[in-house]
Amino acid sequence: MIRDITLGQYYPGDSAVHRLDARTKIIATLLYIIELFVVNNFWGFLIAAAALFAVIAVSRVPLKFIFRGLTAVFLIIAFTFVLNLFMVEGRVLWHWKFLTITYEGVHRAFFMAVRLVLLIIGSSVMTLTTKPVELTDGLEKLLKPFSKIGLPSHEIALMMTIALRFIPTLMEETDKIIKAQQARGADFESGNLLQRAKSLIPILVPLFVSSFRIAQDLALAMEARCYRGGGGRTRMNEIKFRRGDAVAAVLMVLFLAVIIASRFITL
Amino acid sequence: MGFIEIKDLRIEFTKIDEGGNEVPGKVALDGVTLDIEKGSFVAIAGMNGSGKSTLAKCLNGLLTPTAGTVVVDGFDTADYETIWDVRSRVGMVFQNPDNQLVSTIAEDDVAFGPENLGIDPAEIRERVDNALIRVGMFELKDKGAHMLSGGQKQRIAIAGAIAMMPDCIVFDEPTAMLDPKGRAGVMDIIKELHSEGITCILITHFMSEAEQAERVIVLKNGKVLCDRTPAALFSDKEMIERAGLEMPPEIELRDKAGLPEKLTTAEDIADYIQKCR
Repeated sequence: MIRDITLGQYYPGDSAVHRLDARTKIIATLLYIIELFVVNNFWGFLIAAAALFAVIAVSRVPLKFIFRGLTAVFLIIAFTFVLNLFMVEGRVLWHWKFLTITYEGVHRAFFMAVRLVLLIIGSSVMTLTTKPVELTDGLEKLLKPFSKIGLPSHEIALMMTIALRFIPTLMEETDKIIKAQQARGADFESGNLLQRAKSLIPILVPLFVSSFRIAQDLALAMEARCYRGGGGRTRMNEIKFRRGDAVAAVLMVLFLAVIIASRFITL
Repeated sequence: MGFIEIKDLRIEFTKIDEGGNEVPGKVALDGVTLDIEKGSFVAIAGMNGSGKSTLAKCLNGLLTPTAGTVVVDGFDTADYETIWDVRSRVGMVFQNPDNQLVSTIAEDDVAFGPENLGIDPAEIRERVDNALIRVGMFELKDKGAHMLSGGQKQRIAIAGAIAMMPDCIVFDEPTAMLDPKGRAGVMDIIKELHSEGITCILITHFMSEAEQAERVIVLKNGKVLCDRTPAALFSDKEMIERAGLEMPPEIELRDKAGLPEKLTTAEDIADYIQKCR
């Protein structure tokens, strides 16, 4: 079961999007997220969605994988939708006891839902087309200028690499502990919420201990392999800006202009 | 002069008592003096708690001596200035295949060591491919660590050590957590590396593995109990008992079947049985 989990959910491929420098993709994604908040009408979203699906088409990642990311956050989207639907004041459309739906509420609810959906799809396109290692390398390089003011860019990137690497290991460990405790008669399934939360303690304590043990093993292994911090380190796959990145940058600027222009569309 | 020279090595752990003071704890190694020749294949055996893993960690300066010295190719492991010279010469593979891989993708993990040494990217690529071919994992270089079996992960760990081009690799019970197939695969790689001239030091409690070395060093309670060829060790029943070890399976079979003691290898015993039939 653990082997099936798509970690960092990378979808292997060799499209133009896959080949882009990780830094370009990180910046593009950040810009896209910001632009989603610049948009103030549905026309803007239509343009943003069209652009996003154009990128997805180029990346050749099956839509199935794109939408898989959405199912995980479906609850959050539904929650915001309902909240917006009932909480916004304005022209009343429908009224029943204490529940009121207003025209502005419906508008806001859809607006927010579309924004969230695009936001999640947009960021999952980045993680689907970029290897986790490239992503952390890109982040390290992007944060490098800030190391002058004391931001440990190399350490942050390494921490992310290790965290990604050990998610499956810790999940297997959790699985093992749960089974071991169940074999000793532990009951995780009955009782009210508080009792169930309490029954997690016999899982969390051993998990905590074993993660410390793993950390110590890993630290030894890293030291044995001459790890001594980011200074003087080289990388096997140096990330470089190529022509595709320049094209992407031009497209990004154009897209930004279009999105800003879309604010003034009135139909 | 040996490649690794260990002289009067003593390792004493300290522990913190209830008052928060450091007090002397267990003595893990005491008066160990050894010379390990370049290009040799040495097994280090002993019961749990005999100090064999502690000795392994002394060989590349992960632990520094409480007293005595460990000198690797002329560099003292206690000298912090040259510790990286020591560690780039002595690679290490640990017991748990899961806890020693740093990167998610196999080839990125193999590259971790050379990257730390500050080697040119093109050369890292070459070394990584080379190391992966040598351990037979080239086809799986793009796989995530969580998709590999224990034996495959251990091969990646060995490739990671090979890619640093060390003169010596210390294997700290590399097969203890593997299934029989993975275990045989790892042993084959170790023998191959030895035949290519890399000094191999294998910490193990499997006598069937120790007997494949050129020399077996037996530890007990932190002291060297004996230091001989496998043939000499396994013909000394009393010594094996004193060390708390077991005979390799074929020797045990030989003794149970009452076959002559001059037969020391599985091949000899097989030949003998063939002739009797």
